[in-house]
Amino acid sequence: MNVVPRASQWGELIRPDRVHGSLYSDPAIFEAELQNIWYRTWVYVGHESEVPNANDYVVKSIGPQSVIMTRDEQGKVNLLLNRCSHRGNQVCSYDKGNARSFTCPFHSWTFANDGRLVGYAFPDGYEGQDKSKLALGRVTRVQSYRGFVFGSFAAEGPDLEEHLGGAAETIDRLVRFSPEGEVEVTAGFLKHRVKANWKFILENECDGYHPAFVHSSIFGVADSAIGKLYGGASTAVTRDYGNGHTEIDLRPEFRKRDTPMSWFGTTEERLPDYTSRMKAAYGDQKAREIMIDGTPHVMIFPNLFIAEIQMFVIQPLAVDDSVQHVTALQFKGAPDMNRRLRQQTMGSVGPAGLLLADDSEMYERCHRGVLARNPEWIFLGRGAKRERQDELGFKVGHVTDEIPSRGIWRHYRSLMEAV
Amino acid sequence: MLSRDSSATLASAVTAFIYKEARLQDEHAYEAWEALWTDDGVYWVPANGDDIDPEKEMSIIYDNRSRISLRIKQLLTGKRHTQTPQSRLRRLVSNIELLDEQAGGDISVASNSMVFESSLRDDTIWAARNEYRLRYVDGELRMAYKKVILVNNEKALFTLSFLI
Repeated sequence: MNVVPRASQWGELIRPDRVHGSLYSDPAIFEAELQNIWYRTWVYVGHESEVPNANDYVVKSIGPQSVIMTRDEQGKVNLLLNRCSHRGNQVCSYDKGNARSFTCPFHSWTFANDGRLVGYAFPDGYEGQDKSKLALGRVTRVQSYRGFVFGSFAAEGPDLEEHLGGAAETIDRLVRFSPEGEVEVTAGFLKHRVKANWKFILENECDGYHPAFVHSSIFGVADSAIGKLYGGASTAVTRDYGNGHTEIDLRPEFRKRDTPMSWFGTTEERLPDYTSRMKAAYGDQKAREIMIDGTPHVMIFPNLFIAEIQMFVIQPLAVDDSVQHVTALQFKGAPDMNRRLRQQTMGSVGPAGLLLADDSEMYERCHRGVLARNPEWIFLGRGAKRERQDELGFKVGHVTDEIPSRGIWRHYRSLMEAV
Repeated sequence: MLSRDSSATLASAVTAFIYKEARLQDEHAYEAWEALWTDDGVYWVPANGDDIDPEKEMSIIYDNRSRISLRIKQLLTGKRHTQTPQSRLRRLVSNIELLDEQAGGDISVASNSMVFESSLRDDTIWAARNEYRLRYVDGELRMAYKKVILVNNEKALFTLSFLI
């Protein structure tokens, strides 16, 4: 269509059980998403453990924009836009490092790592200029939750905890896997590019219908118990937390197994150091419960996917071009656990991953597929008649039901209709 | 120290081995390619540079021998969707150099390669420095180690599901 729908028209493209194919393929809609989603709502940017020391920095992104996450000398985390306030040149060309300041190579303007302009070449040409008006651009609001740093370009709006809502509890559940209660992001990122719209990735993360088919090649040869979690008889559930956040909650299946670390295909005996540290930190009973339940499988809208043992950050570059940044989760104070997390993650994800290469193939084929306009719709009605509410009032359904997609689109529509 | 004659013989055997490996990869001869490995083989494709510590940081591939075998078994199912249909491939290998001998007698070799891949998504060119450790096992050359340093391994890469 190449014309952005007016606020009143989004409902024509987004229905309760189906969405229009153009939502994935129309460049004008992609531009509208940048304005209404990526440059407005809370977006995950990086983790505090990536800049542990004063003056550390790491280059991240919000959509196509390059963002420098710094820890300044006072220890504060800043999200600065990688764009000289003079003529727009990128001031930082390395992925990470330690620097008190960034000097633009074009005309030697120098910015402190909190964004302040501290000097420019031949200053007599700028007599009377107020340097404080020429700082690096910054992400307007920065907040973190248990070390996960989010940014929002909107000056006003819900704060981060309001945005996370019920999904904040999944992050609480995650950090408990560290005997010290902290996640660390220290294993480096694989960057996997796909010629597909970012929402195919977003919706797939909590789609419990596909694993039995997309991943049958690896489940069969790896003697994996994962397939059964996503089978017709599974008691696992899909959940819609609202605000676009969705989950596949596998705990009902793991609680039936009643075996610590079974969720990770291992045993307490194979991770003796981890097990003893967890028991010391939480007591035998609580440690046992944590280690039976497993880590969460949750998609924090729009771009942070915590997938049990790894985390993905979704970056949209263009309507048909996206990058999945993925790394193994690491838990502070858990060296033997962390090694296994890295080994399993490396096998599963990234460009050559035994799982993710097949997911990514589906994203690209879907993207080409929706260019056909008959039928015009993506049908998302699976399980619509058997939705129920959990004890906290969130919508849940069978693990293969499309509750997550419906929840994502409901929130998407509310963001796109807001002006 | 090898004599000039035996050095030439070795270089020729190593070159023939590397060309054969390239052909088996291009033609998706998965089982024949797997048979080139020693029992302790390590297949490594680093990410984010040439010399990261694969025990601490994420690599694109860091397979021990059993994971090499798993990767091949998955391809052999015919349901590895990203290779169904298979990518069409041809690669050029050059700059083959025998490097210093390794402790334990392994033969250290390096080459450059450029691979043209045609897949459902598009045509993609891959370029790499390859480092091998080869070993004679029962009179045949085998791979004990192959490290593939992609020129663009610091960037976001498309799916790499054929044998590089």
